[in-house]
Parts: sequence; C-alpha cells; structure tokens
Amino acid sequence: MAEIRLEGITKVFDKKVRAVDDVDLTVADQEFMVLLGPSGCGKTTLMRMIAGLEYPEHGRVLIGGRDVTDLPPRKRRIAMVFQSYAVFPHLTVFENIAFGLRMQRTPKAEVTRRVEGAADLVQLTPYLGRYSAQLSGGQRQRVAVARAIVMNPAVLLMDEPLSNLDALLRLTFRAELKRLVAELKTTTIYVTHDQVEAMSLGDRVAVMREGKVVQVGTPMAVYDRPATQFVGSFIGSPPMNFLRGRTERENGYARVHLGAEALTIPALPARTDGEVLVGIRAENVVAEATPTPGAIAARTEVVEPLGSHLLVTAIVGDQRLKIQARTDFPAQPDTPLWLRPEPDKLRWYDPATGQEIAAG
Amino acid sequence: MTSVARDLPASPGVETRSIGGHRRARVRRRLFSRGLLYVAATGLALWVLAPIYLITITAFSPRPVVYGYPKEVIPSQFSTDTISFFANATGVLPSLWRSVLVAVVTLVASTIIGAPAGYAIARFAFRGRNAFRLTVLSTRAFPIVILSIPLAVTFIDWGIYDTVWSVALMHTALALPFTILITSSIFVGVPKDLEEAALTLGCTPATAFLRVVLPLALPGLAAASIFTFVLSWNEVFAAVILTLRERTLPALVLSQLNDSPIPFRFAAAWFMMAPSLLFIFVIRRYLLGLWGRVSR
Repeated sequence: MAEIRLEGITKVFDKKVRAVDDVDLTVADQEFMVLLGPSGCGKTTLMRMIAGLEYPEHGRVLIGGRDVTDLPPRKRRIAMVFQSYAVFPHLTVFENIAFGLRMQRTPKAEVTRRVEGAADLVQLTPYLGRYSAQLSGGQRQRVAVARAIVMNPAVLLMDEPLSNLDALLRLTFRAELKRLVAELKTTTIYVTHDQVEAMSLGDRVAVMREGKVVQVGTPMAVYDRPATQFVGSFIGSPPMNFLRGRTERENGYARVHLGAEALTIPALPARTDGEVLVGIRAENVVAEATPTPGAIAARTEVVEPLGSHLLVTAIVGDQRLKIQARTDFPAQPDTPLWLRPEPDKLRWYDPATGQEIAAG
Repeated sequence: MTSVARDLPASPGVETRSIGGHRRARVRRRLFSRGLLYVAATGLALWVLAPIYLITITAFSPRPVVYGYPKEVIPSQFSTDTISFFANATGVLPSLWRSVLVAVVTLVASTIIGAPAGYAIARFAFRGRNAFRLTVLSTRAFPIVILSIPLAVTFIDWGIYDTVWSVALMHTALALPFTILITSSIFVGVPKDLEEAALTLGCTPATAFLRVVLPLALPGLAAASIFTFVLSWNEVFAAVILTLRERTLPALVLSQLNDSPIPFRFAAAWFMMAPSLLFIFVIRRYLLGLWGRVSR
C-alpha cells in the first residue's frame, strides 16, 4: 500500500546521455501504471531508479511518502520481476520463492506457508522441487512473479515480464497477470514497449520518449486524445493518421483544406490558424462508395481484409491515410471513394512541434 | 536426398528402397563418426593414463622387476618395498607435507586476493580496467630467476627465508595473474540480473555475492583452483632458490634424486603424482555437480 512519487528525476549516463530527463510522475496507491515507450526511451532506467538499482543525478523518489532516493533496494519495500526472470539456477523453485523471506529471517513454518500460497497463486505447486533449467520459459516467468509477490511488497515492479514469451503464452499470461495484480491490490509499475500490453493492463499509461514522459492518462484517454503526434503514431494499430492541412474560418463555420479537398466542420480549436496537422483514427473515418455531403474525395490504394474489417489505404491529394471499412464495403484498388471523418474525433496538432492544440 | 529421388523413375517401390538405402548410409555414417569419436577419446585417455599407470606399477613392483626386460603390462608381483623405502628416506615425508602446505596456502591466498580482483574486473567499469588486465599478466613476463634472487634477499631480511611461507608467497605471485583472469571470466558468466534480483530481495551486495554469485561461480573457481594447485605443486625453480633445508617435494626430488637408482625415481614420480590426482578428483565433484545445473 503505497503511493509512488517521482520528482524531477534525471539520470545521465557517461556525462552526456540523458537517459531520463526531469521526470515528474505520481502513481496512486494500488494503481497499475504502465511505462510505455520505444526501446531506449528511458523507461527501464526510470524503473531501475525506483527499484534502487540505479541512482538519479537529480530529483527524488518517494514511496509511501518516504524519501527513498538514496536507499538501497532492500530498504525500499519493492519487489521486481526482471525481463530475463533472473531465476537463481542453483536453487529449486521453492528456494527461489523463499529467497527473500529467508533474507528477512522469516520463521520456517511461515516461509513454507507463504511460498506454497504464492506458488498456488501462479500454479507452480507441482514444480516446487525443480531447478530453473528444468522449467519452460513460462514456468520461469511464474517463478519470478511468485518470488516477487511472496514478499508482500509495497511496490511491485515489472520490467517487460512478458516479452520473452511466445505470442500465445503472452496473451494468456497478460490476462492472468491482470487478475493477479487486481487481487493483490499492490501498487504496480510495469514497463513495456508493447502498446497493446500497455492498453490492456494499465489503469494509467505513461508514454515516454527520449527520457521524458510525454503523456500520462488512462489507456482510453491516451488512445483517444494523444498529447503529441508521437503518442498518436506510437499507440494504436494502425497508428493515428496525420494529414497536413490549412484551416480557414468563415462565419461560424470552419474549413480545413487538405490539398485540393476541403472539409467543413462545426468548430476549430481557438488557437488553430493556418497550417495544422489533423489527426484521425482509422475507425473514426466513414468510407462511402458514392459522393456524400461532408465527405472528401479520395482514391483507394490498397485493401487489406483483416477478417473483422477491411483496412483501406486511401490517398487524399498527395497524403495517405488508413481507414477501417466494413467487410461489405466494395473497395477496389485504384477506384475513388469518399471519406467522412467524425468531426468530434478530429485532433489538431501543431506541425512544427507535434503538440496537440488544445480545444476551446 | 531430393536429387536422388529426382533421378529415379517415379515407381513408388524403387523410391522407397532408395530412401531406405539412403537412410542406411546415413546410419552407417553416423556410426562411423561416433566410432571415430570413441577412438579419439580412447587415444586421449591413454595418452594421459598410460604414463600414470606405468609409473604406478613400476613404483609398486619389486626392484628386480623394474630392471627386467621386457616390461610387464600387467604386474605379476606387488611390493611396497621401494615406496616405503623412499617414503622413509630422510626428508621425503616432511617435504611432501611442505608441498601440500605450500600448495594449500598458495591456493587460499591467491583466491582471497585474486577472486575479488577478478570480480572487480568483471563487474565494475573503472578507469584503466583494460590496462590493469594487461599489467596483471605482465608479471609473468619476468623470468622466475630474476624474481627469485632479490626475493630471497628480502625473505632473509624478513626472516622467512627457507620456510614454506616464502615459497607460498612466491607461488601466489606466480598464480595470481591466472587466478585474476580466470575468475574475472567466471564472474562475467554469472548474469548481473541474478545479483540485482538478490539485491531487490533483501540482500546486501555482500550477501548477494555469497548467496548467488559465489555458488554459481563455484565450478569455475574449482577449475581455477586445480590450476593453481598444480602450478604450485609442480613449481621447482623458485622452490629450489628460496629453500635450503625446508625443501618442497619437487625441490627435494630435483636436488637429491638425480643420482638415485631408477626404482626410486619412479617412487618419487608416484609421490609427486598421487596428491595432485587426489586433489583433482575431490575438486571434480564441484565441477560436474554444479555445471549440470546452471541454466541456459
């Protein structure tokens, strides 16, 4: 039970690489926070500083209101699941899970009880006597999780715990992990570069890029209202479409020129003037086979049937965008189609900075 | 296989037979290469075991048999006469004991000094790490004679000349470069993640080392210790210079048995050989016992 507060955390490697750059982040008690970002964005380094395996050059780490910035890992009440699992090869599964309790000199009977309880939670009971080399990747991952949760940590840290599993196992474990963490109610920080994992697991997601946190929010909020062009193109599959356009106001209405085409919409964010980037998700564009009022003309380039829907790559002027169409939509390459974006799903970005231009 | 199938007419019977023939050929080839492996392994084993065997039977044969020709491969007579005579000769047992002592002290000292240095090289990036790695080896560039004589003077000053300690110190100096380099590569082989996991589970850096790194490094350390033990056990040059009366076994053998009759030389060889073989057998358990378990 603990809130985590990071204040102005900065980590510099080799005196020049700013791996983590002035990060402020608060994770509420019992919250499941996902740190999401491409490789090298500093998310693992940030987690290691919370664990105490790295120390920041600047800033403070507070766990449950206590300043732990300079404390070693063992005094932080954290437990960590490593990407490699780090299961001790010279100990049995039982001794692996019991390791932390033994370090705390827990009485023998209690060690047995708690280890068996944790093993039961992750369905490892039949394997307690085995060594790491005799386990599959999935079982090793469970050992790592059991070894962490048996400690009753205030904070559970997980560093890409699913990335070494094959696709099918990953799907199963993702749901299992979500159930487990929801049951335990431990404050959890979870590092991943997989946006689907982040969306499905997190109460909130912190998107990182080049050492900075670019956006923090619920998965739906981050998906729906990316704070920057980067977030929009990193989260979602396919990524959000971004179209260069020019805005124009006209007695109460507004218009966006996309090349030769123009889209009339009810309102624009106040600060939008001139050049903008228009962001729109693939599923928020309605495709029409015939000219429709409020739709812009486009040309179909590629059609990809994906079972549940069609993924259509369309060309508007000289810009491409991907849209979702129903499976019965008569899409053919090199034929015209008409696109009607849902006006309230349009997002506006500054073409120079990539930052969202706030509404209102 | 496909080319064979393509060249043959499309009759199923013929094709099956050809594949069968092919399989037989493959089995034959596999048997052949396995046979070759056994021949090579047997050859290697004989290369090592034959001298050990010959020395042992000669050492335990009565004297006339030793001089007799042709040599017997399977001894007909057993006698401990030569061995016991040799063992009871002046200075042999004490020098055997000294040799053991020197080797053990060398082993302990070089591990205590060398393993932490190896760990530091493996784990910490510090200024001049690569230079240090090279300098460590360079101590072996000095000939032992050049090192031994000034050392003899120093040891006389310190009052430990002609004791096991002087020889052990010298042997430690000789063994250290290898201990440092071997242990550093052993510690590199223990993933850092494991150590960090131990730290997050309540270990101090010291207990993480003792409970996680050390057990995993043990097989490697055992290998390094075999090396050190044998190095010290066989070293004769420094031992001859640094001792006069308190000779280690090789020094004694070298200085006194040069003119002895052949049976005694065999007895001496056996005495030289037996303890180090025994040591290797004891250590071997740690080698195999742990390597089987270290994970992928």
